[in-house]
Amino acid sequence: MDKKQEKQKDAGKVLIEELNQDEKESATHKRSFWNVITIPLLAILSGLIIGAFLIAATSTSVYTAFGQSFGKGITTAFSEIGSAYAALFTGSIGDPVRIFNALFSGDKEQIYKAINPFLESLVQATPYIFAGLAVALAFRAGLFNIGVEGQLFIGAACATFVGYAVKGLPVYIHMPLAFIAGGLGGALWGFIPGFLKATTGGHEVINTIMMNYIAFRLTEWLLSGPMTRPGSGGMPISPLIEESAQIPQFFPSPIRFHLGFFFALGFAWLIWWLLFKTKWGLNMRTVGTNPRAAKYAGLSVVKTTMIGMAISGALAGLAGAIQILAVNRSMALGLSSGYGFDSIALTLIGNNHPVGVVLASILFGTLRNGATRMMVVSRIPIDIVDVLQAIILMLVAAPAIIRTIYRLKEPKQEETTVFVSGWGGGQ
Amino acid sequence: MSTSTQAIKHERIYEVSPTRKLVMGIIEIIIGAFIFIVFVRTVSGAAKTTFVMTPGGINIGQAGNWILPTQLTLIILAALALIIGAYQLIKGFGRATNALVGLCGLFLVFSFLTWQTADQSLNLAGMLTSAVLLAVPITLGAFSGLLSERAGVINIAIEGLMLMASMVGALIGSITQNAWIGLLGGIFASVLLAGIHAVLSIKYRINQVISGTVINIFAAGMTAFLSQKFLQTNQALNSPPLFPRIPIPGLAYIPVIGPIFFNTNIFVYIMFILLIIIQVALFATRWGLRLRSVGEHPKAADTLGIKVAPTRYMAVLLSGVVAGIGGSFFTLGSVGRFEEGITAGKGFIGLAAMIFGNWTPIGSLGAGFLFGFADAIGSKLSLLGSNIPAQFMGMTPYLITMIVLAGFIGKGQAPAADGEPYEKE
Amino acid sequence: MTPILQLKGITKRFPGVLANDHIDLDLRKGEILALLGENGAGKTTLMNILYGLYQPDEGEIFIEGEKVTIDSPTDAIKTGIGMVHQHFMLIPVFTVTENVMLGEETIKYGDFLDRKKAAKRIMDISEKYNLQVAPNDYIRDLPVGVQQRVEIIKLLYRDAEILIFDEPTAVLTPQEADELFSIMRSLSDQGNSIIFITHKLREVLDIADRIMVIRRGAVVGETTPDQADKNSLAAMMVGRDVNLEVEKTDKEPGDLVFSVKNLVVADKFQNIVVDNASLDVHAGEIVGIAGVQGNGQTELVEAITGLRKSAEGEITLLNQDITKASPRQITELGSAHVPEDRQADGLVLPFPVAENLVLCTYYKEPFSKGVILQYKTILDHAEKLIEDFDIRTPSAMTPVSSLSGGNQQKVIIARELSRPIDFLVASQPTRGLDVGSIEYIHKRIVQKRDEGCAVLLVSPELDEIMELSDRIVVMYRGQIIADLPNKDVTKEQVGLMMAGVLPEEALAEGDQHAVEPAL
Repeated sequence: MDKKQEKQKDAGKVLIEELNQDEKESATHKRSFWNVITIPLLAILSGLIIGAFLIAATSTSVYTAFGQSFGKGITTAFSEIGSAYAALFTGSIGDPVRIFNALFSGDKEQIYKAINPFLESLVQATPYIFAGLAVALAFRAGLFNIGVEGQLFIGAACATFVGYAVKGLPVYIHMPLAFIAGGLGGALWGFIPGFLKATTGGHEVINTIMMNYIAFRLTEWLLSGPMTRPGSGGMPISPLIEESAQIPQFFPSPIRFHLGFFFALGFAWLIWWLLFKTKWGLNMRTVGTNPRAAKYAGLSVVKTTMIGMAISGALAGLAGAIQILAVNRSMALGLSSGYGFDSIALTLIGNNHPVGVVLASILFGTLRNGATRMMVVSRIPIDIVDVLQAIILMLVAAPAIIRTIYRLKEPKQEETTVFVSGWGGGQ
Repeated sequence: MSTSTQAIKHERIYEVSPTRKLVMGIIEIIIGAFIFIVFVRTVSGAAKTTFVMTPGGINIGQAGNWILPTQLTLIILAALALIIGAYQLIKGFGRATNALVGLCGLFLVFSFLTWQTADQSLNLAGMLTSAVLLAVPITLGAFSGLLSERAGVINIAIEGLMLMASMVGALIGSITQNAWIGLLGGIFASVLLAGIHAVLSIKYRINQVISGTVINIFAAGMTAFLSQKFLQTNQALNSPPLFPRIPIPGLAYIPVIGPIFFNTNIFVYIMFILLIIIQVALFATRWGLRLRSVGEHPKAADTLGIKVAPTRYMAVLLSGVVAGIGGSFFTLGSVGRFEEGITAGKGFIGLAAMIFGNWTPIGSLGAGFLFGFADAIGSKLSLLGSNIPAQFMGMTPYLITMIVLAGFIGKGQAPAADGEPYEKE
Repeated sequence: MTPILQLKGITKRFPGVLANDHIDLDLRKGEILALLGENGAGKTTLMNILYGLYQPDEGEIFIEGEKVTIDSPTDAIKTGIGMVHQHFMLIPVFTVTENVMLGEETIKYGDFLDRKKAAKRIMDISEKYNLQVAPNDYIRDLPVGVQQRVEIIKLLYRDAEILIFDEPTAVLTPQEADELFSIMRSLSDQGNSIIFITHKLREVLDIADRIMVIRRGAVVGETTPDQADKNSLAAMMVGRDVNLEVEKTDKEPGDLVFSVKNLVVADKFQNIVVDNASLDVHAGEIVGIAGVQGNGQTELVEAITGLRKSAEGEITLLNQDITKASPRQITELGSAHVPEDRQADGLVLPFPVAENLVLCTYYKEPFSKGVILQYKTILDHAEKLIEDFDIRTPSAMTPVSSLSGGNQQKVIIARELSRPIDFLVASQPTRGLDVGSIEYIHKRIVQKRDEGCAVLLVSPELDEIMELSDRIVVMYRGQIIADLPNKDVTKEQVGLMMAGVLPEEALAEGDQHAVEPAL
């Protein structure tokens, strides 16, 4: 393959081939790899810069300082931004000084505590990976699953139920059972809009959003009614799950790093293998890229749409299940901090590819984890993360903006676009 | 040359497909049977249902109460549904099929109310009043979507626009203590976001559904951020004045109809005025013809010298204006304060209403009323001490949206170039 | 006399392509100038420049001796240039009046449309040029020929004096085309000047006053119908001598492979689009379905290939009933399908050539073992087909989207013909291709027929049908109105039948004319 061709390829393809092919032309590949991640990196950078403006612009102390003098205003603004972002960093990666000291002291517990922020970021990233895979798989099958949030709630509810209601099973049966129950719950919730799209042409974007609201109402009812914790006085919270259903954490409390993170990595590999190495994957990608051609080639668009949404829902359900079984250990309404919409953003940043999803999930986990500390230290509402994500997503989706700002060269070929348009439905 | 063209008939096989005919008939039969089995058999023969026909707190346009024998009413409704269903199965209603399914749906709803209210009284007029109010954001959302989609830009960002408008409306309204300035502030914020959507989807040609999602995420995050930072810490910033109820002289005195439509919130009047303006502007003016041409066949419009991109920008910005009004309704016309996620999916339901209403203003209004009514039932019945959990009643608007989408999409006439970016070659 | 329109040195480059190379052109008042060239020769680019849709990189445009710049269609309309596009620029859900007035609306009370006044003006034009239309009809309800009249009225409504017709006959029957020609003649008689773009030799010779031939973006010659004949024009157009006839030996058809009996198919609005159609295809036989586009051929093919449900009737392939079979079942029985829209239906454009070549077979051995795709086998398979079918691609992993139209079609042909098949359905297999690719694909189809495959060919290009078919079936408004051996009919007779004239009448009619040999 000559170099010119190589350059012309769109971002997604390069990454895929990066993984598909052997190491022959690693030099050219490396360059394409950089091509692929320049845009997301610059988007993240721009997002943080805009976030800094937002922090300064909404801080009353900055205004007071500007009232005194311009110079003081600038200094205060920078110190506000500085302390906020420092908190974001130490909260998500760890305090370098503390890590250094802990390593020298050799005290195990000190080391654990020092690197806990980073481990906690991975904990936060875990549901993101599942949710992101859910969105990515749906995208590849030509479906826009905005219903991850609802599927996650239903999955969590199912996992919780199996977790506390089934008793007396050994760990190696009970834990997988609860986990799978979560997947099945999500699969059902994803299958419904898939079925509606395939049979009636009802657009999955609206249907999945409606299913989200229904899922919230349903879980609220479940948690305050049939699944409520005895003695909670009608508070919407479930009983604690059995110990045999718990996914083990590696370190003593408060470090929550757990086995589920590796489940997530395993699933990322599985989805990659499914999409790019099996005939099912080719089938799904064909339907997703050109449903008409898929029909002509004898593939069943209806079946693929339903299966695609069901698998996507299952992954979203697993995101909920893992959070219950490994971290929360019981279900309450504040289960999700908006994984559903975040996962759309991170999937697009990760270019709909499982590897990209894992990287973007770790980034988002880190951001959210750090933002918690930022909220404590600088009193900046955690929702700033949503704002940052929206900006990053916008810049990734419209790379032309980034190219204009940073004066990058236009690539020769158009980027891959996601294949959702119109209300016509899938027929 | 004698070309005696052969007369070949070009006919339709049937007006309504046999499956559809069958399914609709079965649905109607099920509704009838359901009313009979579940409702009729669970009320006593002596029970009476009382519907109050004057909304609470109103002293003009009063009307007497309706008192109905519960069981008899239910039996009549069930019988009617069964007769309609049977006729549908045997002969079919042809073009009127949808209307009659809708009628049976109405029977079901009315029987449900009658059944729930057995031996109690329900303020039906009050419920309709609140249905109209609940329809406001949905209908305005639908109008907003309509303006943008008629020009070929899918606007799924309406939810975000309304959310942002509701917060900014509350904030500005509280600062100035003037609802009108608050409304302008809300509209301005919504237009600003609509502008971003327009730039992303028209200039940068990114997928319009994704662009809309970006706006929705941004609006959700930004409103939550600002609300926590300011509105919650300083309640003075979250207490905007409400628009008062304005009775229309004369009309407000008509019993039943007067209190519902003519002695109500200014947003209801705005909704009806917009209905007329949009209907006329879209279908009777040069402006509307050009806007629609851009949504149907941008290339054809371009070859006739119509500027596609500016036309679309204008449409999306106007869509932002309407969504801004709809969003401001929450804080300035209804609740009186901003809460996170206050719009609760009304923007999306508005889109569904637009689709159900076949991309027409009048259809959107009808669909908006339907959804508003579903919402009103949910909130009113929990007051009646119904044994159905409130959460289930809360699901109705979403369920109805899905049913409507499943039953009607694909039959409607979406603008042909809806969602397609136009690239000048 | 100064020409009404003059182009000097028009040059337009697209990435990697020189679409127009210093083109000079004069158009005199009241003449019909034919611009002849192959698909992709640069005719449409040139006209889009003239109409303001593209900006030239170099060159100048003069109208009546004055230099003008045309930056947009608005400028073109102002200077009196109008264009009938190959794909009609009409909005189906608008009425004739709305379509005609769009962009040049008659208004009253500020901004309100005055539909009545506009309709009256349309009627005036319609009478003056004998272009019959009903102003209040919706475009979607009108037949193609009438739609084209609306397009012409659109130009006249804007007082255009220079009219460009871009491949106007592609969607018309030969008879409708004749009617169009008489309209064009009357337009030019009333002082309008016409540029007529086409790649059909017969039409050029019939109607043009003057002929310009374009090849690879450059003018290669100018002539008049008196001085030229089909062969000389074809040679000019392609740049070498062209063998216009497909080499084909007579062959006795074999066993019955495929048959359709009393088939009825409805579209999504439940209109009957295929009406009681019956036909047979035997081994070693090419059956050509002639008909103007939109007479049910598309739906017939979709029903045959399992893409559309039929309402009534029976379809049999190799003695098996396939009326209710899925596309995959039909494919697996040994049938192949070249779809009419290759980019939309035949290929997954972002996928590499290799994956597109196994689109129908990827799930079977040897391309899959279990559920795992065997990429090495798939690549080897691709390399072999690229070699066999002369597909010009940088590599087997190149996305199909970056191939030329001809090579994209070869990918489909390779995929479909490389399988062991007994039945081939080819819908418009050469649409929009250059002469070289057309020759190649025709050869391949005939070769398949000689190997004993049954072939059903669908094409609105009557020439293609006449050249390839052993038997010709004519479809009109969903019905099969004629089924005759090729040797028993002339092109004119088939043309008449395509317009709905009954075979008996058409055959009688045809005999009165001197029978002109097909091309």
